[in-house]
Amino acid sequence: MNMATNTAETIGDNHQTVGTPFVDNAKLSMRNVNVFYGEKQAIFDVGMDIGTNEVMAMIGPSGCGKSTFLRCLNRMNDTIEGCRVEGDLNLEGEDIYGAKLDVVPLRARVGIVFQKPNPFPKSIYDNIAYGPRIHGLVSKRTELDEIVETSLQKAGLWNEVKDRLDAPGTGLSGGQQQRLCIARTIAVSPEVILMDEPCSALDPIATAKIEELIAELSENYTIAIVTHSMQQAARVSNRTAYFHLGKLIEVNETEKVFTNPDHQLTEAYITGRFG
Amino acid sequence: MNSNKPSTIDLVNRNLQKRYRAEKRFQIFGIASIGFGLLCLLVLFTDIVSKGAGAFTSHYIQLTVNLDPDDLDITDITDESQLALADYQGVVRKALRDKFPDVKKRGDRRKLYGLVSNSAGFRLQEILKNDPEKLGEQLTLWVLADDDIDTYAKSKNDAEPFTGRLNDKQIGWVNTLLDSGEMQSRFNRVLFTSGDSREPEMAGIRGALLGSLYTLLVTLVLSFPIGVAAAVYLEEYAPKNKFTDFIEVNINNLAAVPSIIYGLLGLAIFINFFGMPRSIPLVGGLVLTLMTLPTIIISSRAAIKSVPPSIRQAALGLGASKMQVILHHVLPLAMPGMLTGAIIGMAQALGETAPLLMIGMVAFIVDIPQSIMDPATVLPVQIYLWSDSPERAFTERTSGAIIVLLAFLILMNTIAVLLRRRLERRW
Ligand SMILES: Nc1ncnc2c1ncn2[C@@H]1O[C@H](COP(=O)(O)OP(=O)(O)OP(=O)(O)O)[C@@H](O)[C@H]1O
Ligand SMILES: [Mg+2]
Repeated sequence: MNMATNTAETIGDNHQTVGTPFVDNAKLSMRNVNVFYGEKQAIFDVGMDIGTNEVMAMIGPSGCGKSTFLRCLNRMNDTIEGCRVEGDLNLEGEDIYGAKLDVVPLRARVGIVFQKPNPFPKSIYDNIAYGPRIHGLVSKRTELDEIVETSLQKAGLWNEVKDRLDAPGTGLSGGQQQRLCIARTIAVSPEVILMDEPCSALDPIATAKIEELIAELSENYTIAIVTHSMQQAARVSNRTAYFHLGKLIEVNETEKVFTNPDHQLTEAYITGRFG
Repeated sequence: MNSNKPSTIDLVNRNLQKRYRAEKRFQIFGIASIGFGLLCLLVLFTDIVSKGAGAFTSHYIQLTVNLDPDDLDITDITDESQLALADYQGVVRKALRDKFPDVKKRGDRRKLYGLVSNSAGFRLQEILKNDPEKLGEQLTLWVLADDDIDTYAKSKNDAEPFTGRLNDKQIGWVNTLLDSGEMQSRFNRVLFTSGDSREPEMAGIRGALLGSLYTLLVTLVLSFPIGVAAAVYLEEYAPKNKFTDFIEVNINNLAAVPSIIYGLLGLAIFINFFGMPRSIPLVGGLVLTLMTLPTIIISSRAAIKSVPPSIRQAALGLGASKMQVILHHVLPLAMPGMLTGAIIGMAQALGETAPLLMIGMVAFIVDIPQSIMDPATVLPVQIYLWSDSPERAFTERTSGAIIVLLAFLILMNTIAVLLRRRLERRW
């Protein structure tokens, strides 16, 4: 507690994010983002870009606002009572919080995978088919079958479940469920996938599979991933953002963050002095 | 350190014994509670069944009647008024006199006529109406015995047979008939095919049963959709402010309001203000809807609340609209809980008497209701009415009606459990 207040003072009120928060080919660009839960501010003046087909890792101590920030990117914060977001957030130049924007297509473009696997209590097939159905992406059953198959294949789950598509999604193992959730998210062909600690409930083997999957997906999708595992961040991401007490301290090439960070707080965190 | 100090494992073991004993006590307490409940249920059931079983049979007497046109006073069979006014009673009496030719005195004869129920005459009228060809023929048929006779015949072998106002001669005749097989106990069809009557042997619960059915139907059709819609709005859409808090407090209050007050409300609004007729299942159903709504709203809200937030998040994250989340995920998952609430509400409504008294469903109604607009009574009110009647046969029928009510309840709850199990396939 003591240290937390000390470090807050070291950041200061008008701190500058160090490193390279902005890029040229930005898919998502955020400027001066502030997020409040009621009176309490959780995110302070964060600005950064996430490049097209980039994997951006977000790390930081518990409670620093990683999930809060991630949820801003497809307006999942709207579902939280008392949560208020200020600032400019753009998806390919479109204002995410603009009055004209409809969250339904936004969330189809920016999908999210949660920390705990949360398949619907329906069959594996219906889990994947739900998104395409509600968005009216297909008109024929065969097209839907195809989407289900390719999504499961991309999520590396097809071979394990192809014979039991009618079995309940909740009957799969934790790792399989999480891959099912990823397949469900990519079934609507989003441009961006947000992942909030997608491997925290999984064993090392399942985690390795998901990490492999992220590497494959990054060829076609833009991915923002929150993680507590620095090894994971180092393995999967191109750039890494370090958050601290609601402030964005540093954004840099992943390799640089883990070998030679620009900010002392980042260094303190990655060397395990707190977190 | 200290060798006297017991080791941790000893302490744990000592404690373990205590814990086991506590657990045992806890279990025994639970078993005792269930045992007590079952015992009460058993006492209730044996009492009601032993009292009410007799209601499902009644005694019939075999008569050979002569449908003589002269005796009946019918000259033209196609004339409806002649058919209605014909002297069926006389024909029945003649048949009785033929059975006991030795009975000559007028007083005795009157007692003899009292053996069979008045319904015998109506039976003959019906037969002739359906088949005029029968005029002039001789028929052998089984007619209902009078209720006192029936009660005596049923209690004949008891330590203290019921005799009521019967005299020894009548008892003698009954015994003769029973011995010769001309009087027999049969399934009491009347109980399930007739409405109420002043004569116990002719009284049935069909009217009340249908009245209950219509009333419950109205209640279910109105209260379930309204209750669920209110619950969905309050849970999913309503802003959390003073006003919704106020509504919540009031709904909880309404659930505890004595039911008779709903009856008064129904009387004031539906009958006095809107001018709807009294005693009809529609008004009964409306009143019971008011009464069951709070129950359904409260249980539906609890069911909606128990839907895991992760499911909502998943659907919202895929871009489902709020309504899609509710229709595709929240309602299907909450449905078993909502149904339970609805069934509890319906069961309450089925057993409710007080509010229905207020809107006139306590009237003596012989006709069987054909729709929700016909005057009717309901099972619990029928039970209340019969339990108030002095005739011994009505006591029996009261318990019989209670058995039917319980069977109705068990049926409803069984359907509910089955329905729940089907919907609850939570994977
Ligand atoms: N629904 C909420 N209502 C109020 N405050 C919240 C809510 N969600 C988060 N917060 C607060 O906002 C801050 C940031 O929380 P957030 O969940 O974003 O942290 P995090 O970095 O994701 O932490 P973790 O790594 O533990 O998941 C915390 O102080 C938290 O208490
Ligand atoms: Mg988090």
